[in-house]
Amino acid sequence: MKVSRRDFLKVGGGAAALATLSFPGLVLGAPAKMKGKVVVVGGGIGGSTTAKYIRMMDPGIEVTLIEPNKEYFTCFMSNEVLSGERTLDSIAFGYTGLAKHGVNVVNDSVTAIDPVAKTVTTAGGKTFPYDHAVVSPGVALKYEAIPGYSEEVAEKIPHAWKAGPQTALLRKQIESMKDGGTVVLVAPPNPYRCPPGPYERASQIAWYLKNNKPKSKIIILDPKDAFAKQGLFIAGWKKYYGYETENSMITWVSGAQGGKVEAIDPATMTVQAAVESFKGDVINVIPPQKAGAIAFAAGLTEGDWCPVNQKTFESTKQKDIHVIGDACVAGAMPKSGYAANSQAKVCASAIVAMMNGMDAPEPSYVNTCYSIITPDDAISVAGVYRLGEDGKIADVKGAGGLTPGYADTTMEMRKREVLFAHSWFKNITADVFG
Amino acid sequence: MNNKKTVLSMLVLGGLALSGAVLATPSGEMLGNTCAGCHGANGNTNGPATPGIAGINSEYFIDTMKGYADGSRKGTIMNRIAKGYTEDEIKAMAKYFAAQKYHPLPQQADPKLASVGKKLHSKSCEKCHEKGGRVSEDGGILAGQPMTYLQWTIEDFTSGKREMPKKMKAKMEEVHKAKGDEAYQALVNFYGSQK
Repeated sequence: MKVSRRDFLKVGGGAAALATLSFPGLVLGAPAKMKGKVVVVGGGIGGSTTAKYIRMMDPGIEVTLIEPNKEYFTCFMSNEVLSGERTLDSIAFGYTGLAKHGVNVVNDSVTAIDPVAKTVTTAGGKTFPYDHAVVSPGVALKYEAIPGYSEEVAEKIPHAWKAGPQTALLRKQIESMKDGGTVVLVAPPNPYRCPPGPYERASQIAWYLKNNKPKSKIIILDPKDAFAKQGLFIAGWKKYYGYETENSMITWVSGAQGGKVEAIDPATMTVQAAVESFKGDVINVIPPQKAGAIAFAAGLTEGDWCPVNQKTFESTKQKDIHVIGDACVAGAMPKSGYAANSQAKVCASAIVAMMNGMDAPEPSYVNTCYSIITPDDAISVAGVYRLGEDGKIADVKGAGGLTPGYADTTMEMRKREVLFAHSWFKNITADVFG
Repeated sequence: MNNKKTVLSMLVLGGLALSGAVLATPSGEMLGNTCAGCHGANGNTNGPATPGIAGINSEYFIDTMKGYADGSRKGTIMNRIAKGYTEDEIKAMAKYFAAQKYHPLPQQADPKLASVGKKLHSKSCEKCHEKGGRVSEDGGILAGQPMTYLQWTIEDFTSGKREMPKKMKAKMEEVHKAKGDEAYQALVNFYGSQK
């Protein structure tokens, strides 16, 4: 039975129709009959949210989530682990919450997706059939883009851009560094996961150093000439870390100033940038990024990322495979955890509608992102998005934007943003994994 | 008031301008889902500061969103987010959140202060914030909101940053007269202790 959205809405207004969609078992007065299978590839923010929300919206759909790790470490708030403000354990989440929603969680790695047979194959040799697949692999790091850097070298010179052991390693190195040491932070080119992340990281490391090793320095080498929340970060660095003074703890070398890194030498702990080279006691390299490996293996990419129908997140390359989160191209939305969470819910409702023979509902999307400069000073950016007529996700004009600068706000409000950031963390992780 | 209306009609026009044609209003559930990352799944917060919005009175929700959008209520990120919705979208969200079951946030309150707060509440606040602040009529639900949020809200009201309704102003003066600054702490701990 094919029901158009117009007919669907006629049933009794959007909300009532949605309620019908949410609890088909209750409405029909009969136990839910399995309507089909969804396989979710990747248990990060996007994948976990999609799996959970499909089950909540329609328990008649069988959902399997395949993820190699038993725990997920959130990339967001991992910078607070680097400063010692938060433990690594506090950013670790397991999958028992999803299992409670009836998601079949499989610990395995997906090696192939066959869009014709509609199956997902794992390294463990299992094959899972699907009606819809959701691919949420996050980013892969292009180690090879920086001569001298590699996955092996990352054991000495961490990227810490996928949280977990890498975060612990970088924290340990910063903790063991002598007072007066230099941390070199190599920022990536656009686009990449978490645009303000490298600069929040510099702020968090500076906070630790200021309180523990005040003679130390941080040098950010950047291929870009501008970055997310730049004005707010720089004002914060001036306020707390002497930015642009003789004793500045933080130095930012832009692309125009020779910040693009050409090579690194792990043996001498040297970073060769466009104009000069920099020696670091600790070096943190955040490499250029692309969609996670499975996106390439499954033929979902164009260039480095995955084009999708931005209303349903169905791949424009492969039918019935949806790509969400950092790996997809989502119009004006940044590659952030909140964006992935928001896209996941739009994708889940589209899949549920499609599997019930209906059109995908009109979407709405939000991004909110906090960066913590000190334990008493946080800044945020927000965006509200709708699907434009051209099929691209666009900012709602006049909405969203940044925390005001110091002249237009109070420290009390900045402090509140810290607690809102921590609330954001608790609520989004409960929404994803709870 | 006129000002508010102008802002909202501009927002509606803004929404239309985005599509260039008739843009369907997303469902309340679709819109409400975008709030969960900060306000908790279905609007039930896990704290420590962001308020829960499940079970909120729909009129109060609409007023709050309008207040954030036109700047008459001063917050942080909500002033920026509220500007992103048309009147119809705000109504759809209001209906969705009003229909969600509210779960008070479990938190540690000071029992002594809470018992002082209970008395103050019964005498001065219960008439409008009924059932120990569990009911949302002209205001939000107070019982079981994060204590940090309750604290900030009282600070904003008493500092004049947020305008108090006339009746509330008199009642707040009444509790302050009875117990001084401790009165506010007592109320925060009373509402925070409600399960």
